[in-house]
Amino acid sequence: MIDIIDTYWLYFLVGQYPDGPLGGLVLTILLGFAALMLALPLGIALGLARVSERRWLQWPVTALVYIVRGTPLLMVIFWAYFFLPSVTGHKTGQFATMLTALVIFNGMYIAEIVRAGIQGIPKGQMECARSLGLSYSKAMRYVVLPQAARNMLPSFVNQFVTTLKETSLGYIIGLAEVSFVANQINTLLLTRPVAVFSTLALAYFILCFGLSRVAYFLEVRRNRQAT
Amino acid sequence: MIASPIIECRKVNKFYGSYHALIDVDESIERGEVVVVCGPSGSGKSTLIRTINRLESIDSGQILLDGQDIHRPGIELDRFRSGIGFVFQQFNLFPHLSVIDNCTLAPMHLRGLTPAQAKDAAMVLLERVGLADKANAYPAQLSGGQQQRVAIARALAMQPPLMLFDEPTSALDPEMVGEVLLVIRDLAHKGMTLVVVTHEMGFAREVADRILFMDHGVVLERAKPDDFFNRPQHPRAQQFLSDIRSPFA
Repeated sequence: MIDIIDTYWLYFLVGQYPDGPLGGLVLTILLGFAALMLALPLGIALGLARVSERRWLQWPVTALVYIVRGTPLLMVIFWAYFFLPSVTGHKTGQFATMLTALVIFNGMYIAEIVRAGIQGIPKGQMECARSLGLSYSKAMRYVVLPQAARNMLPSFVNQFVTTLKETSLGYIIGLAEVSFVANQINTLLLTRPVAVFSTLALAYFILCFGLSRVAYFLEVRRNRQAT
Repeated sequence: MIASPIIECRKVNKFYGSYHALIDVDESIERGEVVVVCGPSGSGKSTLIRTINRLESIDSGQILLDGQDIHRPGIELDRFRSGIGFVFQQFNLFPHLSVIDNCTLAPMHLRGLTPAQAKDAAMVLLERVGLADKANAYPAQLSGGQQQRVAIARALAMQPPLMLFDEPTSALDPEMVGEVLLVIRDLAHKGMTLVVVTHEMGFAREVADRILFMDHGVVLERAKPDDFFNRPQHPRAQQFLSDIRSPFA
């Protein structure tokens, strides 16, 4: 296993870069984080729409969330892959395609986390903030969301870890992320699949476990502040 | 010129589904008046005061605050609400904010005070409810009675001319009821307009200018405390008063 890592570590890490497009583990991390950063605001906006009293806002968003959540990610990727070019009019790159699919898919899950977080705060909090004269949006921003965010943090991290793992599906559309690269290496070597895919598994594990530990640390610190 | 009432309810009706919670309530509350609303559970007294700042909608009638119908669509509801202090049975302090921040949040955003001004004003109010030393504590660190006193200070921070209390002592341990009632009595003595829904009959007798007795969504009796407690007119009020006397007395 050491010899494989010794030979292919750079390819594993960055793909064909700098002679070709960036790939490998770095691309996986980049894609994961870009997806998170874009899915988060989308999810918060959709989550707020989900709890809105305005039906014209709440109903379509609810329908959208249910539809996407009732669909496998693979299908969303196919949709992005085949439909995005016909909508935008020009060919979309694999990275942008995968990013779009991940943002849409995870945005819906984050929307549900946000909705549950908001609905988990006692109704009296919103009522009381409104009784002081605060507008709905100010009451949401200064009273409900700060409390809800605390409850949402563990679910967010869960979703982040999931997103990171979901980037591996980029393999399907030929995106040279780390799973794709690992498969290439396996094809080159032919006889060492166990070693190659163990290395791949280890790389994912370190990433996801690391993220979970960071989240755990944040949670402990938060609980200490709360008391 | 006769001063107009601060609140005027005209033929107010409220339904929860098919349940008729308020039936043709006509009531005026004058400036500086202390009104205690009492009656059995489910009589509509909480519903009534919740409609006064539109925490509950009404199905017909009008509620005028300073002559303005606050249930009219399109009204600047937030501005009206900021002029009505509301104290809840469950305190509803904001748990993620310290006591002082609970009291400065609304004034900073709505009265345009700087943080320093809001803090100074809030400290005066916390002093008044006897909790200046708890300014930096969090709600979870306070007893129920202390939390309710903070909730009163927080409502006062908007300088409302009118305060509504929805069973302010019903969620408290018995030994903490007194400290909260004393704060409310203090407000009454300072000439504030108060509407208090409560089961504390001793408080009603001492502090109220007028008592409203409600049952099944109807105001059955309006009387001065002395008349209400000693010479209740309506049979239902007589029944209520004899029921709440302790059977052990």
